[in-house]
Amino acid sequence: MESILQVNNITMVYPAGVIANKNVSVDVTEKTIHAIVGENGAGKSTLMKAIFGIIHPQEGDIIYKGKKVNFKNPDDAINVGIGMVHQHLMLAPDLTVAENLILGVEPRKGSLFLDTDKAVRITKEVSERYGLDVPADKKIKDLPIGVRQRVEILKALYRNAELLILDEPTAVLTPQETVILFKTLFRLKENGKTILFISHKLSEVKQLADRITVMRDARVITTEDASDVTEEEIAHLMVGRDIDTARLDPPEKMGGVRLSVKNVSYIDDENVQVLKNINFDIRAGEILGIAGVDGNGQTELIDILTGLSRPTEGSISMDGKNIAGLSPRQVRELGMSHIPEDRMENGVADTASLEENFIVDRYYKKEFSRYGKLDWKYIRKYSKELIQKFNILTQSSRTPAGSLSGGNIQKVVVARELSSDPQIIIAAQPTRGVDIGSEELIHVLLKDARDSGKAVFLISADLDEILKLSSRIIVIYNGEITAHFKDVSKVTGKDLGPYMLGVKKEEGAHGEIHS
Amino acid sequence: MSPLLKSIFSTGFGFAILRVMTPILLPALGVAISELAGSVNIALEGIMLMSAFFGVIVSTFTGSIWLSLLAGITAGVATGGILAYFHLKLKADIILAAIALNMFASGFTIFMLYLFTGDKGSTSSLKSLVFPEIQIPILKSIPVLGPIFSGHNIMTYIALLAVPFFYVLVFKTPLGLRIRAVGQNPNAAESVGINVNRIKVYALLLSGLFGAFGGLYLSMGYVSWFSRDMTAGRGFIAIAASTLGGNMPMGMFWSSLLFGFVNSFAIYIASLDIPSELIQMIPYLITIIALALFAMRKQMKKKRVDEAHELYSEDVISSVVKDISAADE
Repeated sequence: MESILQVNNITMVYPAGVIANKNVSVDVTEKTIHAIVGENGAGKSTLMKAIFGIIHPQEGDIIYKGKKVNFKNPDDAINVGIGMVHQHLMLAPDLTVAENLILGVEPRKGSLFLDTDKAVRITKEVSERYGLDVPADKKIKDLPIGVRQRVEILKALYRNAELLILDEPTAVLTPQETVILFKTLFRLKENGKTILFISHKLSEVKQLADRITVMRDARVITTEDASDVTEEEIAHLMVGRDIDTARLDPPEKMGGVRLSVKNVSYIDDENVQVLKNINFDIRAGEILGIAGVDGNGQTELIDILTGLSRPTEGSISMDGKNIAGLSPRQVRELGMSHIPEDRMENGVADTASLEENFIVDRYYKKEFSRYGKLDWKYIRKYSKELIQKFNILTQSSRTPAGSLSGGNIQKVVVARELSSDPQIIIAAQPTRGVDIGSEELIHVLLKDARDSGKAVFLISADLDEILKLSSRIIVIYNGEITAHFKDVSKVTGKDLGPYMLGVKKEEGAHGEIHS
Repeated sequence: MSPLLKSIFSTGFGFAILRVMTPILLPALGVAISELAGSVNIALEGIMLMSAFFGVIVSTFTGSIWLSLLAGITAGVATGGILAYFHLKLKADIILAAIALNMFASGFTIFMLYLFTGDKGSTSSLKSLVFPEIQIPILKSIPVLGPIFSGHNIMTYIALLAVPFFYVLVFKTPLGLRIRAVGQNPNAAESVGINVNRIKVYALLLSGLFGAFGGLYLSMGYVSWFSRDMTAGRGFIAIAASTLGGNMPMGMFWSSLLFGFVNSFAIYIASLDIPSELIQMIPYLITIIALALFAMRKQMKKKRVDEAHELYSEDVISSVVKDISAADE
C-alpha cells in the first residue's frame, strides 16, 4: 500500500523557546488507521497542527500524496483533502445539523439566497453514503455529544477529506458512544479513508489502530504495527519506564475512625433531594473509594464534607467533633485537605503564579506573612521546594498556573493539598485528564499518605482508579449508597456496574465500620 | 368616558404608537444584527445622532432629499465602521468603544451645530426638508384602520418593511447564516474558512445602516430639525427592545410596539395634572420591569430545559442497563 502522508524531520520551537517537536518523522499509509500516542505535552497536538497548516515548523517538510505541500492555513489543507475533527467540536449550537454541514460552502438559490432544502438533501446524501446517521434539521445543541461528533466527521467528509485527523476524539464520549465511534471509523477505513488518531488511552489505540506511533519529549520514539506490541509495551515506550497498574496491597495497619458521616441528606436550591441518608466512616490508614456515575450526588457530598455547603440533615464528625456547617477554612484548619474535581474551576487561579496558588490557603500563617505583609522571599523558597518534590514541570515558580499542562496543574493542586500535613484527604477525580506519568505519581502520593496513617476519601469516575487504590469501596447511585465492598481484592468493575446504575441495591448498605 | 380614556381609544392614539415605535424598532434591529454576530453594538444612540444631524445639515445646504438620505446613511454606516475598526482592528473592548462613540457623537454634533447655527440647542433657525408622508390608497379610506395605518412618514413604513427584510437576511441568505455561525462559535466559522472579522464588520455596518434610518426619521420626519441629544436614550431602549424580542424579527416588532405604546401613553397623560417628571419616567420604568420579567421567564425556561436533560440522561442510563443485561446473557 502507498503512503498518503509523510512528515519528514519536523522541528517546531515555539516563541517562548519551548521545543514541541524535534526531528519528528511519521509515515502514514493510505487506508489505515494510524494512532499517535504520547503523554500530555509529548508533542502530538503540535504535530497535528503542523500537518493541518495551523502552525509552521522551522524545519522539515510534509509530503501529501507524493507532493511536497506548504499549507499557509487550514483552508489549504482542507482543499487538498485533509480534514480535522477537533477535540472541542467546531459547531454552532443554534444552527441545525444541515446548516453546520454546509457552512462556508452554502448551496444557493439564485446568487443571493440560501437553499435550505438543498442543504438538507446534501446532508442526507452524505450521511447515507458513509452510513453515519444524523438528524439533518435538528439543532446541534439538542443532540448528545456523540452525534455532534458525527456531524463534525461528516463536515470533513463533505469537504472531500481523504485523510481524517481526530484529536482525542474519545475524551468527551461515554463508553457506549466510543463503541459507536469506533464502528464508524472502521467503516470509513473500508470506504478508503485514512485516519490519523490521537489518544492517550492505550486500550483504545490497541483496539482501533493498524499502526502506532509513540511520542515522548517532543520526539518520535517508534512506530510499530499495532499487532506487534502489547498495551504494557506501549505504556512503557510512552513514559520511558514501567508503569505500575497492579492494585495496592491492603493497608498494613489501620487506626481509628477519623471521619464519620451520619445520616446525611441534602436538598438543593431547586428542592431536589440529592443525597439520601448517607452513612460511612473512614479510618486512619485506609483509602475509602466511592464509585458512581458522575452526577449521582458525589459533587454535593464533597461540598458538604469540605465545608462548601451545609447538609440539610445529619452530622459529619472529624475525630469526634461535628464539622457540619463549619467554613472551609475552619475545616482545613482541623486537618482536612481537598483536591477538587475540577482543577481549573476550583483548584487553581489560572492567571495567578504558582507561588500564589501554593499559599492561597495558608498565606495568613506566621511562616508566610509578617505584620500583614507577605514574605515573598520565603514563599519563593517554599514554592521551589514543592515544585521539586512534586516534580512539576514549569519554567519558574512565578509562571501563571494556567500556562502549565493539565497534568502539571493537577500536580500543583496536589502539592498544595498534601503539603499542609492533612489528616483527612478528600481526593476528587485526582487524575482526571492527566497523563500516565502524572497519574502514577499522584497514585504513589495517595498511597504514601495512606501508609503514613492519613484517612483518604477517593471519588473517581474512573473505575480502574477506584479498584487500584481503594481499601474499601462504597457505591453511590441517585444520592444513596447502594453497596459496600469491605474486601476489594476480588471485586471487578463488572461487580460494581449494576450498583452504579441502580439495577441492584444492597439493603441497608452503608460504609460504617461495625466492631 | 373621561377625556383621557377617550383620547386613548381614539385612532390618533393608534397612529401615535406606530409613529413613536419607528425610532425604536429600527435601532433595535441594528442592535440585534450585531448581537447575532457576537459583537453587540451599543452605539446606536451615537449612530442615530450622527445620521440625524448630517441629514438635516445636508438638506439645508443642498435642498435635496436624496442627498440628505445619502448623507444620513453614510454618517450612520461610517460610525458603525469606526466602531468595527476600534473593536476588530485595534482590539478595543467593544462596549467601551461604543460608550466613547456615543459620547463623541453627542459632543461632536453639538459642536457642529454651533458652527453652523451659532446655537447649541437646535437647528430650528435652519430650514430642513422632511421625508414624505404616504397615503395608502384604499386603506386610507377604511374607517379606524385608515387613520391608524395610513398617512405615516415613509420611514415608518421602511421600519415595518425592515422586519421581514431582517428575517430574510438573517435566516435565508448565506451571509445571515455566517453571521449566526460567527456569533455562536467563531472557531467553528473559522475552521470552515469563514473570515470571522469580515463577517463582524458586515454586521456592524448593517447595524449602522438600521440606526441611520432611525436617526434620519427623528430629525426629518418625527420633527423637522436637529436638536442636541435628540435621541433621548432611544438607542438604549432599542437594546432593551432587541433583548426582549430575543433578537428575532417578530419579537422585536412586538417589543418595539410595547415601547411605542408606553411612550405614547406617557405623551397622552401629560395633559393630566401629574408632575411631568413622573410621567417621563414611565417608559424607562416599563423598560426595567419588562427586562426583569424577561429574565425571570428565561430562568424558568432554563430550569425546564435542565429538567428535560435529566430525563434524557435517565433514558441513556436505561439503555446502558439494557446493554449490560444483554452482554450478560
